[in-house]
Amino acid sequence: MYVELKNISKRFGDFQASDDVSFGIEKGKLVGLLGPSGSGKTTILRMIAGLERPDSGDIFIDGVRVNDMEASSRGIGFVFQNYALFRYMTVFGNIAFGLEVQKHGKKYIKERVGELIRLTQLEGLEKRYPHQLSGGQKQRVAFARALAPNPHLLLLDEPFAAIDAKVRKELRSWLRETIAKVGITSIFVTHDQDEAVEVADEIIITNRGRVEQIGSPARIYKNPATPFAAQFIGESSVLENYASLRGFHYVAGFDKAVIRPEFIGIFKPGKELYPNASVEGRVEDILFRGNILEVRLDVGGSRMTAYRSLEDPELHVNERVSVLVYRLFLYNQEQVRLIENDVISEKDSVFI
Amino acid sequence: MRRVILSKAGPDGPRRDNNMRPSIIKWTLISLCVLFIVIMLILPLATVIVYALRQGWETFRDAVLDEYAVKALKLTLLSAVLAVSVNTFFGLFASWAITKFHFRGKQILTTLIDIPFSISPVIGGLVFILIFGRIGWAYPFLTAHGVKIVFAVPGIVLATIFVTFPFVSRELIPLMQSQGKEEEEAAALMGASGFHIYRKITLPHIKWGLLYGVILCSARAIGEFGAVSVVSGHLRGKTNTLPLHVEILFNEFNLTAACAVSSILVFLAVVILILRNIAEFRVKKETR
Ligand SMILES: Nc1ncnc2c1ncn2[C@@H]1O[C@H](COP(=O)(O)OP(=O)(O)OP(=O)(O)O)[C@@H](O)[C@H]1O
Ligand SMILES: [Mg+2]
Repeated sequence: MYVELKNISKRFGDFQASDDVSFGIEKGKLVGLLGPSGSGKTTILRMIAGLERPDSGDIFIDGVRVNDMEASSRGIGFVFQNYALFRYMTVFGNIAFGLEVQKHGKKYIKERVGELIRLTQLEGLEKRYPHQLSGGQKQRVAFARALAPNPHLLLLDEPFAAIDAKVRKELRSWLRETIAKVGITSIFVTHDQDEAVEVADEIIITNRGRVEQIGSPARIYKNPATPFAAQFIGESSVLENYASLRGFHYVAGFDKAVIRPEFIGIFKPGKELYPNASVEGRVEDILFRGNILEVRLDVGGSRMTAYRSLEDPELHVNERVSVLVYRLFLYNQEQVRLIENDVISEKDSVFI
Repeated sequence: MRRVILSKAGPDGPRRDNNMRPSIIKWTLISLCVLFIVIMLILPLATVIVYALRQGWETFRDAVLDEYAVKALKLTLLSAVLAVSVNTFFGLFASWAITKFHFRGKQILTTLIDIPFSISPVIGGLVFILIFGRIGWAYPFLTAHGVKIVFAVPGIVLATIFVTFPFVSRELIPLMQSQGKEEEEAAALMGASGFHIYRKITLPHIKWGLLYGVILCSARAIGEFGAVSVVSGHLRGKTNTLPLHVEILFNEFNLTAACAVSSILVFLAVVILILRNIAEFRVKKETR
């Protein structure tokens, strides 16, 4: 493990910002720290960087315990949430700052800054001041500035938060490619799951100062380890009385279920794939999502959201439909369990 | 009048300064303001100049170039320069400590810095008499070492420092708070030392505010009367600052000379006012 946190705890007054946080990150990985606002993501990042001291626990970087090491000697690049560019320095000055501190020669600095300017596609903006840049340009300057002194580890705190949706999408893939090109171990913070899923090799889910789950996006999506992870990742609705759905029975110890849009099929009455496994529902609303329709359903008093292809027969608001639930995540305080629709699995086994 | 007609255009009118008859209210307020300033400020200052020149240019020159007046001017400038230097130095590290670090009693410290603003300057003089004067606890020690503070130049400088103490830090604290810690943290993460960060990141941000604070501090230091009067002892040519000199001349019924010397103070004030406006303009521009 290149970066390792062991049982890190941190309090601010009587608020527990980090609660027994442990995780490890392999060299060269791009890891996303994902969690709701106030879940302690920034705190974790700042402790790794040395801007905040943990109350207890150990932090290792490249096998060295860094708890008592000054932030300035950890060799970490940091991109702040609002960039924190040096406002009285030009783009060139900002990127050169770390190199000047390292007492490199003028010639080397010029070369290295030029290299980063090309990498971040900031050509022609060298003489501008931060207030003369757009959000996306500032973000790239902050990124270049952090990379200039050749850090071994790059930390990014919500690198796209202050950028509008369209540019954000472009920057995401740009960031992923650029980090891959440079080959630097990176951790980035976000509270946007799409961003985390799209950019990260691995995701760490935080909630109330604790780590809920670590794993690849697909793995977390398929096998949420905690009730929080099940609800937080993916578009999901919570069902209180899942036993009233056809094909599902009450499982002792599990009172609630999480259902995802992909778990739901909608059929016109009489056209069902598995009539015995379907329940009746009503279309409450239909939203156009660009390449897919999002259908809000009312099934026996429970709300759920399903997706429907534009190729499928058209639905109307208030239409009666047949709803087929393929599977559910059952959960209680500690556990999550995936269960399949009985009727379908029995049928399939008969056919096979 | 054009304004009146425009305001009658109602809520959609291009200029809606106020709800009812805006132009009347506006011009009444402006007139009152101007009238007040003329009566309270311009008229007295003009009178000083007129009085100073009443007995002709020769008398004015003699009064201004009088040996004691020149000495008083020198002492005033000396104590102002010393007080401003000390307070600038103090202001820089106090504002740094208060805005960049967390510690217990920060609020109390911030409040304490403001004491000279709220306390009468006479007390500022009195405390030094109580410490260093004949009745003060430090007096025996000082006399034993041949140091004279009260009724001497050091006392005047101390009193001036006391009254002008908060100006620089008061100006810097809000400015540094608005900058936040992140730029400095970013610099620290790249390995910059504390001093390097201060010079490259903090100072460029506060330089105009600092100048503004220094100017205000100078104005106050030059004009200080109360505190200095208590510790001065009014020894002509020795411990007299310009404001004290004016008072002495006035008490001797030498009105023309008093006004002539005052006009030096007025001149200094005008120079400071101009500098102040330049600095203020820059501060506004930078904090935009
Ligand atoms: N210096 C501090 N003093 C007191 N409380 C703090 C401090 N820093 C953070 N906190 C608290 O710790 C909690 C976690 O903060 P943190 O900034 O790590 O959250 P976050 O996950 O980054 O949230 P966001 O997504 O909103 O940035 C918050 O409730 C915050 O109020
Ligand atoms: Mg944060």
